[in-house]
Amino acid sequence: MKTCIQKAFLVGATSGIAQALAERLAASGAALFLAGRSGGKLDLMARDLRLRHGARVETLAVEFEKTEGHAGAVRRAWEWLGGADASFVCHGALIDQKVCERDFGEATRSFQINLLSAASFAGEIANRMEAAGHGTLVVISSVAGDRGRQSNYAYGAAKAGLTAFLQGLRNRLFPSGARVLTVKPGYVDTPMAAHIRSSLKVSADRAARDILCAAEKGCDTLYTPWFWRPIMLVVRLIPEYVFKRMKL
Amino acid sequence: MKHIRWSCDPLPAPADRGTLIPLGLGNSLGDCCLNNGGTVVVTRGMNRLLDFDAETGLIRCEAGATLDEVLRFAVPRGWFLPTTPGTSFITVGGAVANDVHGKNHHWAGSFGCHVTRLELLRSDGRRLVCSLAENSDFFAATIGGMGLTGLITWVEFRLRRIVSTMIETESVKFRDLDEFFDVSEGTDARCEHTVAWVDCVTRGRGILMCGNNVDDAGAAGATLKPHTEPRLNFPHGFPSCALNRFSIRLFNQLYYSRQLRKRVRGLQHYSQFFYPLDVVKNWHRVYGAPGFFEAQIVLPPDVAKEALREIFKQAARFGQGAFLVVLKKLGSIRSPGLMSFPRPGVTLGIDFPNKGERTKKLFTEIFRIGLDTGAAFNPGKDALMPPECFAKTCPNLESFSAFIDPAFSSNAWRRLTKGLL
Repeated sequence: MKTCIQKAFLVGATSGIAQALAERLAASGAALFLAGRSGGKLDLMARDLRLRHGARVETLAVEFEKTEGHAGAVRRAWEWLGGADASFVCHGALIDQKVCERDFGEATRSFQINLLSAASFAGEIANRMEAAGHGTLVVISSVAGDRGRQSNYAYGAAKAGLTAFLQGLRNRLFPSGARVLTVKPGYVDTPMAAHIRSSLKVSADRAARDILCAAEKGCDTLYTPWFWRPIMLVVRLIPEYVFKRMKL
Repeated sequence: MKHIRWSCDPLPAPADRGTLIPLGLGNSLGDCCLNNGGTVVVTRGMNRLLDFDAETGLIRCEAGATLDEVLRFAVPRGWFLPTTPGTSFITVGGAVANDVHGKNHHWAGSFGCHVTRLELLRSDGRRLVCSLAENSDFFAATIGGMGLTGLITWVEFRLRRIVSTMIETESVKFRDLDEFFDVSEGTDARCEHTVAWVDCVTRGRGILMCGNNVDDAGAAGATLKPHTEPRLNFPHGFPSCALNRFSIRLFNQLYYSRQLRKRVRGLQHYSQFFYPLDVVKNWHRVYGAPGFFEAQIVLPPDVAKEALREIFKQAARFGQGAFLVVLKKLGSIRSPGLMSFPRPGVTLGIDFPNKGERTKKLFTEIFRIGLDTGAAFNPGKDALMPPECFAKTCPNLESFSAFIDPAFSSNAWRRLTKGLL
């Protein structure tokens, strides 16, 4: 698949979905700026992309929790790429709900990574896109943010906050011509979901294909794979007095 | 089962202080990647290409990269694997750990002969870069070391140049084993790749297939187009009773008769020539739920003919047919691997459908014949060899065991060394 994305910025580049995105983008000839937690992993990934696809790739190690460093990271990416056609914010952490219940420190960490850090990157990127009047911001949220459930509400609440943040961002950026795409994946076969066994799981490459397609079309929200849209519609429509009795 | 996805990551901790064994694609035919009561470390996520020198063909990749992936990268650039087994669905790490060999062993040696460097991650956290020059003892132990010396994180090896993906082939029919030895004498000198299929039901007729890479870029049909994805998938739940003496006899008869003339020349894409079974994903399901056992045995040249006759006779006595029977001659190029299976002689690869006790008794006979004749068995394809047989056929067993990582073990290793070490 050829995309018209020629310059891309990926945050959380070593995550399962971001690796698949990078592979597809590099194959279609895009230059990539990869930011992630581990410099060692970024280097391995960059070597592979350069070799296999002859792609122009640069990497930068960032600390997600330290939001004060994010503006500098975005500036580095913009300088190296010369502005980005698309930016992907892909980092996240699925911290066990039971652990979060025992230790609010862990719940705080879930908010920090999944909401504060992602929103901080999204905000910095949005400012640049608004000024340029160009670009697509793609942020990975989750179906878990559509409704709080007892099995993962520490994660879900962070993702719900992120989804609302992106709605506002989209609203704000609309006149400038820049776009915002909220991605809500279900179960994707990545290290994050390695412990989940489900027949609804799809490959990271499938998710990446859907994401690039939706970014190209200028969609606002993407459920990947598609069947999560009707599933979550039903989940959202269940009245609260019934929902609270369910084990979900 | 635990995953390691980056070659810079630490080793996953074994569950309950048990042992570890790496698993690539799990296409070894025996139990060398199983670890009952321990942990299997899946390396498939580590599949990045790290360096490539377009001048010398030296490539470095993570150990979980498959031969299939290496070929997709190398072939369009005019490079090919130095040697390849009959499937491309194995990882590079697995190719080193089993020191695989191919149809060109008499010209190129085994895979390990082309490895220049590798990194070994030990359970104490040490990372050893091994080559003929540094940590050479670990280098020797790891090539053919069945994954027991630690986790191979990356491998550097030499590719060979090609100008075309096509192979000029020649296939020659032979009536019996005597004729096979006569015919292969000539083709070994002339052809880089040779292998023979044998109809073991009739005890030795077959077809010798050999080939050379097309070395003229201007030749008809010469391209650098790599292979395509397999399109067929063998279904689950194939009835195992479909494979019996009669259907195997029929298959062998048809396969032998597909070529009418004594000698046929042709032109084949490398994927047809090297990987005929890769076209059908999960072809092994033809054996149904009970599966099959394979033996790969290398026989010393002077006794090979008699030993082969004896093995075919025993197969007939136990009423076991086989349709994947492959004969080839191994050359004298030595691998740096301490435990490497290939050695000069004639090698026989033979698959028997699992018929329970009957098959196990047959294997006992095959191991006996092997021991009587000074043969050796490939531990990467074996699931039944007794410890005495392993000890007799592996002269380096003791020196090898000094390099085993204390946290590593496998079903195969425990079975093969029971009561020995």
